[in-house]
Amino acid sequence: MTKVIYLDNNATTQCVPAVVEAMLPYFAQKYGNASSMHNFGGENRHVIDQARHTVAQFINAQYDDEIIFTSCASESDDTAIFSAVRANRNKKHIITSAVEHPAVLEPFRYLQTQGYRVDYIGVDELGRFDMDQFKAVLDEDTALVSVMWANSETGTIFPIADIAKLAHEKGVLFHTDAVQAVGKIPVDVQAAGVDMLSLSAHKFHGPKGIGVLYVKRGTRFLPYLMGGHQEKHRRAGTENVPYIVGIAKAAELAQKRLADGTMDKVAALRDQLEQGILKSIPDVKVNGDPAHRVPNTTNISFGYIEGESILMYLNDFGICASSGSACTSGSLEPSHVLRAMKVPFQFAHGSIRFSLSDQTTQADIDLVLKELPPIIKRLREISPFSRMA
Amino acid sequence: MWDYTDKVMDHFKHPRNVGTIPNADGTGQVGSLVCGDALRLTIKVNKETDVIEDAKFETFGCASAIASSSILTEMIKGKTIAEASKITNQDIANALGSLPAEKMHCSVMGMEALEAAVQSYRQGGKPVIFEQEAEKIVCKCFNVSEEAIIKAIRTNHLTTVEDVTHFTKAGGACGQCKGEIQKILDKVNGACEVPQPATKTYEQMTLVEKIKAIESVLEEDIRPKLNMDGGSVELVDLSGNIVKVRLIGMCSGCAGAQGTLKNFIEKVLQDRLFKGLTVEQA
Repeated sequence: MTKVIYLDNNATTQCVPAVVEAMLPYFAQKYGNASSMHNFGGENRHVIDQARHTVAQFINAQYDDEIIFTSCASESDDTAIFSAVRANRNKKHIITSAVEHPAVLEPFRYLQTQGYRVDYIGVDELGRFDMDQFKAVLDEDTALVSVMWANSETGTIFPIADIAKLAHEKGVLFHTDAVQAVGKIPVDVQAAGVDMLSLSAHKFHGPKGIGVLYVKRGTRFLPYLMGGHQEKHRRAGTENVPYIVGIAKAAELAQKRLADGTMDKVAALRDQLEQGILKSIPDVKVNGDPAHRVPNTTNISFGYIEGESILMYLNDFGICASSGSACTSGSLEPSHVLRAMKVPFQFAHGSIRFSLSDQTTQADIDLVLKELPPIIKRLREISPFSRMA
Repeated sequence: MWDYTDKVMDHFKHPRNVGTIPNADGTGQVGSLVCGDALRLTIKVNKETDVIEDAKFETFGCASAIASSSILTEMIKGKTIAEASKITNQDIANALGSLPAEKMHCSVMGMEALEAAVQSYRQGGKPVIFEQEAEKIVCKCFNVSEEAIIKAIRTNHLTTVEDVTHFTKAGGACGQCKGEIQKILDKVNGACEVPQPATKTYEQMTLVEKIKAIESVLEEDIRPKLNMDGGSVELVDLSGNIVKVRLIGMCSGCAGAQGTLKNFIEKVLQDRLFKGLTVEQA
């Protein structure tokens, strides 16, 4: 098999060996149930407490018990949204953005069918949150505002602290899906003033199958998974000890990377890739807000050709990326994020997202910059629209 | 990741007959940048024998769109116009081994471009853009006509709305036309394949069937009209032949409510189900 050049880290990341190693003892050896009345299981209680503390510190939660372990960020999102509306039954209005992950959009659409008024706040051409529209629709009847911290497709960062502040001025709960921010930029729940936050381990070199819902103390909360005392009755289900250990280890490593300048190096490689493409290939366009963007992501549209075709040629060189094109998803429309940004159709179908990580090397970037231009040229030769370019 | 056959990958990676034939005898075009795929097919035809001597394509689209276009050019070369016209989207997909269900519309695009190119040839070579014969557009997002949907259903023996979307794209964006696609499916498939069970008369029905029958008349024939005036109606009870309903919304306080009840709802139910029915306000 060709060597893998993995530039799809917003989809998932490698669960790094150090994390796997930390998890391993908790499968076959220390497999006790953390809720048991014997030392063999009970000792795992302390392991979980320690992990909870590590994760709390990672996002600067004030109290460890504000961290609820879940099975994934989608569960965290669903839990936060349904808890907020059930705890505020007299309020019938909810707000999100037009560019959220489906884990937020789908519950909002469902609640819309249940009689909720829903506002999907739009974005401008750079993917920036429309603060004026938000201010105009926010009112005392709003039960919840849920707005993502960073966009998965473009990496654009929203002004979460400002949005949370406005929500709180109207007495409205604020939740953020921070899946694409955590591990890439410093996330501080106290400084941002969020009430609830979702994150997922597998986006920062942890295992798939575990997420966190942060719930600030004092927030009215109703569980989504019922039927157990675990997580202080807030999330039923036997504690997943190996994965909880895994997310804590991944958090510890991510915190180091944020502190030691690693993410700046990632940003430098990303910029090099982006500039290189802009220089060597005509009719390309960067999607997103370069001034407010997570360090690892670039989303580039190649005019007059289609994304899936580009990915399949890149695949020949082991280069992994993803596309917002209609054809890659099995749906027939290009990405809802790019459409919300009003990216013209001749560019929307040909968008490619490269998402780097601390594992990305100079050689990886050099290879992409070498192989990509001929691929684009070749596909444009086949395209009936290339003469328009 | 799609499960593409080796043949699809071969034609995608090494497309045959790319380009445009200068002074082509026929030029067919289908799709657009908005739709996400487009194909321009040019053909060179021997006017004496009607044989397609050369064919070239240009395609904007995914791997299966490029592969479908490429193999189409190979399939039609050497055929007469009459022979080529018989090629269906299923033939294109078969020639490629197979296509993922979600990608069948790529083969449909090939067939449509061919149709347009043939038409162009017959009209003296002026380029023809394939257009759905636009008497009735069902899917407004992708501009798909009822005729195109019926054709796809018949050619490919489609049975579900999802199938229709895979083959024609209709219903793939906003989804508003999915109900209408289902009706077209019912019409096409119901008419020729599924024999309808002999319908019982109202009087032969069980109580549950009666209630369902009344509810379906309310839903199909009555509520849409009341909705236009901002009202609606609920079925409350059925005792003997007395149908008890509640008018809601704008209808509930309307001075003409009694008239609506008797002259409209009762009359429609009598016409559709059974003469002996009377309607009362619950």
